[in-house]
Amino acid sequence: MNEEIKTIWRNFFNWIMGNGPRPENEVIPPEPPPDLPFTQKPKDKYSRFHEATLKERYSQWQEIHGLHIFSMLYSGLSVLTCIVIVSLLLATVAELPPFGDEKNPANNEVIRRYVEHGGHETGAQNIVAGLILDYRAFDTFGESAVLFTAAVSVLMILGISRRNIFPDKASPKAAQTGENYLLRAPPRLHVFKEDDAILRAVASLSIPAIILLGCVVVINGHLTPGGGFSGGAILSTALILCANAYGFERVHKFFNEKTFIVSSSTALMIYALSKGYSFFTGANHFHSIIPKGTIGNILSGGLILPLNICVGLIVAGTLYGFYALFSEGEI
Amino acid sequence: MINLFAYNIPFISIFLLMISAVITPLIPDKNRIPEKLSCFVIGFIAVLSAYLLYVLTASGQTLSFNFPMGHFPAPWGNELRAGPLEAILALVFCIAMLLSLLGNFSSTEEDIAPKRRNIFCVLVNLLTASLLALTYTNDLFTAYVFIEINTIAACAIVAVKEGPETTRAALRYLVMSLVGSGLVMIAICLLYDLTGHLLMQNMHRAILVLVSTKSYLMPLTVSLALITTGLAIKSALYPFASWLPDAHGSSTNASSAILSGLVLKGHIFTIIKIFYRVFGLEVIHLLRMDTAIFILGLTAMIMGSVHALRQVNVKRMIAWSSVAQVGYIFLGVGLNTTAGIAAACLHIIVHACVKPMLFTAAGGLSNAAGHKKGLHALMGTFYVNHWAGLGLAAGAFSMMGIPGFAGFASKLSLTLASFDSPVIVWSLSALAASSVLNALYYVPAVIVVLTHNKDAHKNFTAPAPTRLYKISMAIFIALNFYLGLFCVPLLRLITRGVNVSL
Repeated sequence: MNEEIKTIWRNFFNWIMGNGPRPENEVIPPEPPPDLPFTQKPKDKYSRFHEATLKERYSQWQEIHGLHIFSMLYSGLSVLTCIVIVSLLLATVAELPPFGDEKNPANNEVIRRYVEHGGHETGAQNIVAGLILDYRAFDTFGESAVLFTAAVSVLMILGISRRNIFPDKASPKAAQTGENYLLRAPPRLHVFKEDDAILRAVASLSIPAIILLGCVVVINGHLTPGGGFSGGAILSTALILCANAYGFERVHKFFNEKTFIVSSSTALMIYALSKGYSFFTGANHFHSIIPKGTIGNILSGGLILPLNICVGLIVAGTLYGFYALFSEGEI
Repeated sequence: MINLFAYNIPFISIFLLMISAVITPLIPDKNRIPEKLSCFVIGFIAVLSAYLLYVLTASGQTLSFNFPMGHFPAPWGNELRAGPLEAILALVFCIAMLLSLLGNFSSTEEDIAPKRRNIFCVLVNLLTASLLALTYTNDLFTAYVFIEINTIAACAIVAVKEGPETTRAALRYLVMSLVGSGLVMIAICLLYDLTGHLLMQNMHRAILVLVSTKSYLMPLTVSLALITTGLAIKSALYPFASWLPDAHGSSTNASSAILSGLVLKGHIFTIIKIFYRVFGLEVIHLLRMDTAIFILGLTAMIMGSVHALRQVNVKRMIAWSSVAQVGYIFLGVGLNTTAGIAAACLHIIVHACVKPMLFTAAGGLSNAAGHKKGLHALMGTFYVNHWAGLGLAAGAFSMMGIPGFAGFASKLSLTLASFDSPVIVWSLSALAASSVLNALYYVPAVIVVLTHNKDAHKNFTAPAPTRLYKISMAIFIALNFYLGLFCVPLLRLITRGVNVSL
């Protein structure tokens, strides 16, 4: 019975595809002459035909062997280029001033002021934090904006595409022109299948600790090593762990696309406005109302503490956002 | 002296754009408010830059100033530097950006999904901010940070129009561009190790000491080569330009106009600054980088046009033409004289005004032909969209160097600049050959567009161009004539700016 259904189905399929039985009066074309190698002379009878096949074979040769030769050449040249660049860079590094030497050009008045006066000029115990968030705060603002740009771009490309963004195009015409691929939901890569008790237990214990550590690293950024970038990275791991243990839906309840956009934009805006005020007063030699505080206190370092919190928010959101977008297609 | 308001303009421009960029995701995307806000902010900054230019040049003597970013003076903190050249470039960048956005306002609506348009505005604002920061910055690391913002935003505005073609182009652009960023980063590290500074003037002083004592010449040469290569990849100098036609040809019209007219220019101006503010004319000549840039520029002028000749897609043709035009700019840089730099800067300005016009015109024409981009499909489209046809013709004449159009001015100044140079034969023959090649592909395009097609009105059912399109095209054409006819005062201004700033 099963075999019969299969035969019927095959016949039906052949009929659909136009592979039905041959008609009786069909003329079968004669076999083409054998494919001669290039060296062998063709017989006169076939010469014109041979000319045609030669052309065909030439184009085929390009298609089949050309690609092969090209990829060989390509990899060979890539390796060669890499070797040349690596050796050039190594030779250059060997020529550079010796590492850690006292007389290096980098040990100049710039570094001296950072090290000697960094503390009382910025109010921060951690000189690195004072350097990146006070002396060169404009660069750090740029860096946070790089993260913001990258996150927004990835959100646009992965998050907003392929969702229901062209509702008016869900017409038969759109289906014909192939535009309906935009409407298909992205395949979920991480399907949350079962209750992983061990992971959940460990996560429930460690997530609070991780969040606490992240907050400490961010808030003490101006006192101890750390700061917004490293603390933000720690905070994002808590979110990623939570997503893996409890599923993305759980994280979605308190951290979704909207929260992400609002937190990142607000943090960057606070950074821009507060540091803009500081730049403005500094450049115009106006009096700034921001107090430096006593070195070592938690409330010290002028704007460094709020800026660290802003950077931490941006970094945490962006890193989790990348993880969610690349694995899930949405935040 | 400079008044307090003008003194703060560079800072206000950059911060206003950044704040507008971060506000945009928070405002509702109804009635295209985000786009209108971006256009308003960019227009406002154009006015501010014009005022700054007026203040810096009005008193007869050429002024320039440094603006410390924060309470700490330059080698410790960041610094901006503004002179007439920076002010002109900021003004031109803002005007070209504004006109690209306004001219393609309706095609942006067709090409980009509503939700994505909001983010498109964020990226456009960030891109403008990064261009202005690259123009004004006096610190090499700040330049790098804004190069990064520029790179990511530029790749994203290619991918903003959905489709396999644009995604592929954006990925290719991203990979090439990141290779460039990596090289720039390595070079900056090497330079910092050799000089101990990131501020351009201090680096220059340290490099002069290194060169006079003949120490560390090899790492210096390598770092110069790396930074030049990295930025040349980003500014699509010929052998590194393979990403450009895909990225500029497949993206939406506004993105093509912005990328071709502005993004390349930001990187080229950074190269000019590094050459003349960080290294200095003599050191560049000593390390033979001027010759390398000159040869690459010549190659780009010829090869860009040769590639453009082979294109059948009008946007790809214009994109390859950009490669040739970038070659002109590098030719001026490679002459290694003040006149050469001034001519290169004039060509930056001319190209920043003409190329967005060409892309806007090509977009309008292909829209008139029912979104077909093949050159043959555009036959008779002039009679559907007059303004686009006029824009294409004006841009084509400008690119060919017909007197009276913008391109003539910059080509003339490049020619005059090369008279003092020992390589005059090469540069003049390349200019002549490239102009003929430009004519070979632009003239047929104009003829096709102007040829009367009987079936045109039957086949072309596109809506008439909007008033905004007509206005921006009229401004583009007027700018084109202005630059072509009144280039002498502008060139004098640029020369003064080059003398002060670099």
